[in-house]
Amino acid sequence: MAQDTLLEVDGLTVRFPSVHGPIEAVRDISFAMGREKIAIVGESGSGKSMTARAILDLIRPPGERIARSIRLDGTDLTRLSPRQMRQVRGGRITMVMQDPKYSLNPTMSVGAQLYENWLIHVGKPKRLSRAAGQKAVLEMLEAVQINDPPRVARSFPHELSGGMGQRVMIAMMLIPQPELMIADEPTSALDVTVQMEVLKLMDGLVARNGMGLLFISHDLPLVSRFCDRVLIMYRGRIVEECRADRLHEAQHPYTQGLLSCLPSYAQRGHPLATLSRDAGWEVAP
Amino acid sequence: MNKNPSSGMIEVQDLSVRYGDFVAVKGVSFSVAAGETFGLVGESGSGKSTILQALAGLADDWSGSMSVDGLALVAGARRSLAFRKHLQMVFQDPYGSLHPHQTVDQILSSPARIHGFGSIDRRIAEVMEAVGLGPQFRFRLPHQLSGGQRQRVAIARALIVEPKVLLLDEPTSALDASVQAEILNLLVTLRHERGLTYLLVTHDLSVVAYLCDRLAVMEKGSFVETQPIEALETGAFDQDYTRRLFAAAAR
Ligand SMILES: Nc1ncnc2c1ncn2[C@@H]1O[C@H](COP(=O)(O)OP(=O)(O)OP(=O)(O)O)[C@@H](O)[C@H]1O
Ligand SMILES: Nc1ncnc2c1ncn2[C@@H]1O[C@H](COP(=O)(O)OP(=O)(O)OP(=O)(O)O)[C@@H](O)[C@H]1O
Ligand SMILES: [Mg+2]
Ligand SMILES: [Mg+2]
Repeated sequence: MAQDTLLEVDGLTVRFPSVHGPIEAVRDISFAMGREKIAIVGESGSGKSMTARAILDLIRPPGERIARSIRLDGTDLTRLSPRQMRQVRGGRITMVMQDPKYSLNPTMSVGAQLYENWLIHVGKPKRLSRAAGQKAVLEMLEAVQINDPPRVARSFPHELSGGMGQRVMIAMMLIPQPELMIADEPTSALDVTVQMEVLKLMDGLVARNGMGLLFISHDLPLVSRFCDRVLIMYRGRIVEECRADRLHEAQHPYTQGLLSCLPSYAQRGHPLATLSRDAGWEVAP
Repeated sequence: MNKNPSSGMIEVQDLSVRYGDFVAVKGVSFSVAAGETFGLVGESGSGKSTILQALAGLADDWSGSMSVDGLALVAGARRSLAFRKHLQMVFQDPYGSLHPHQTVDQILSSPARIHGFGSIDRRIAEVMEAVGLGPQFRFRLPHQLSGGQRQRVAIARALIVEPKVLLLDEPTSALDASVQAEILNLLVTLRHERGLTYLLVTHDLSVVAYLCDRLAVMEKGSFVETQPIEALETGAFDQDYTRRLFAAAAR
């Protein structure tokens, strides 16, 4: 895999100024991935979304991103001009945001937005007809398990249910056939049956097109079934890295703690275990 | 509004809800007793959030009858302050439901003030601690919080006015296992101490199994079955869809 590195993040920090001194949401993290499925897990506020946004240079000022380098297939993204970076974003790298409905344009129907994205990335380059585009849009919606694609294509973002919004966003981000897709909690509103189908769709692109998938999730059982490797974040640092199917053998007390507080029928009537966080956890074991 | 003390805390009879020509909920009936926790699961887009929104007065084009604590709801009618305190909702998407220009402190203090609570400062500190948000978050704006931190602000805002009924729409789906466990423990404690009634929407059957007494399964706007929680142990479901859901979740 070393010879086929798709993304290589070296020394990434994300910092926000505050009256109490700077807040470091991400602290000097480094990782590399190939054309595979990598998960980032970790507790709420540990820096998962900020890591994803930083890769795409989407940290809003006054926040700042500091990195030695962020290489996509050899290109150092930190050295690109804002214009070059805009081309990478939404093209070579796409991202499904944690708040999908707010990343869509509220004034345009879902179908029109999908069509526009298709036109830019597929229709124009391949000189395809308008009818082909309209067909592609409905097929995309069907592929993400939308029940009534024509109705949903006519809908505006605020008319979608939570899970429909997530799936529309996934469809939108798959259209450009990116080299890397970053998905921030992309299926958190979906029930298991639909979730499986959507994951299969992403999996197919990883296997067929050699896409890389950076999958952010707090769903540990899901991640351990679906992904190849897992990075575990805690307070802005990567504290552990392991094979996904070995997640249950994870060493870090934080990871073990996470696995022990899942609810179940058997736990009814008993308080769930919670974590008592330990400052020592911030360093890798 | 006439009070009928013999009914359940939440009574819904033959409820249909439309958005224009589209019927999102089709003739749904259920009743939730005081202190009971009722789970709503089902396909994405099947109408779960719509039922909660109709109960909360946010979807006006409905027919059928609904009552909460014996008070009948009237479509389009303004709800009394007392009623709004009584029934609080935690929305599925914490982004849209938090005012973007208000700090956490303002988001929490304004409902407390409107409903006439005193010692607001202490209340805010307590409710933030209960949902696991440290004091450093108190003067942040929503965009300065992570997804799960925003979700916890939304939960805190519902709890701060001490409601009797909570409508919870995917309350823990943005939370990691450890914070989810803290929130679930909090909900159990409140139910025990104050007899709160919960109507919970979630796609996570293990959350339903832990928290709920009964569950209803929705498909395309209708209830396809209602079961006691033991069904999640035995897998005794009537419908194909539910059996598939159960089998997939058990894996
Ligand atoms: N604009 C900001 N100013 C200050 N702190 C911020 C800002 N934006 C985010 N943070 C903080 O940075 C930390 C990391 O946030 P991030 O969104 O990456 O968390 P996360 O791991 O994605 O959590 P979640 O699972 O809850 O979405 C959080 O503690 C958050 O409060
Ligand atoms: N404002 C609206 N205008 C038109 N249609 C709407 C509106 N809100 C919801 N709908 C439609 O009503 C149906 C039910 O939506 P609802 O949000 O209740 O689903 P849900 O069961 O909560 O789904 P999810 O699990 O994905 O959140 C969906 O098909 C949706 O497209
Ligand atoms: Mg996040
Ligand atoms: Mg919903």
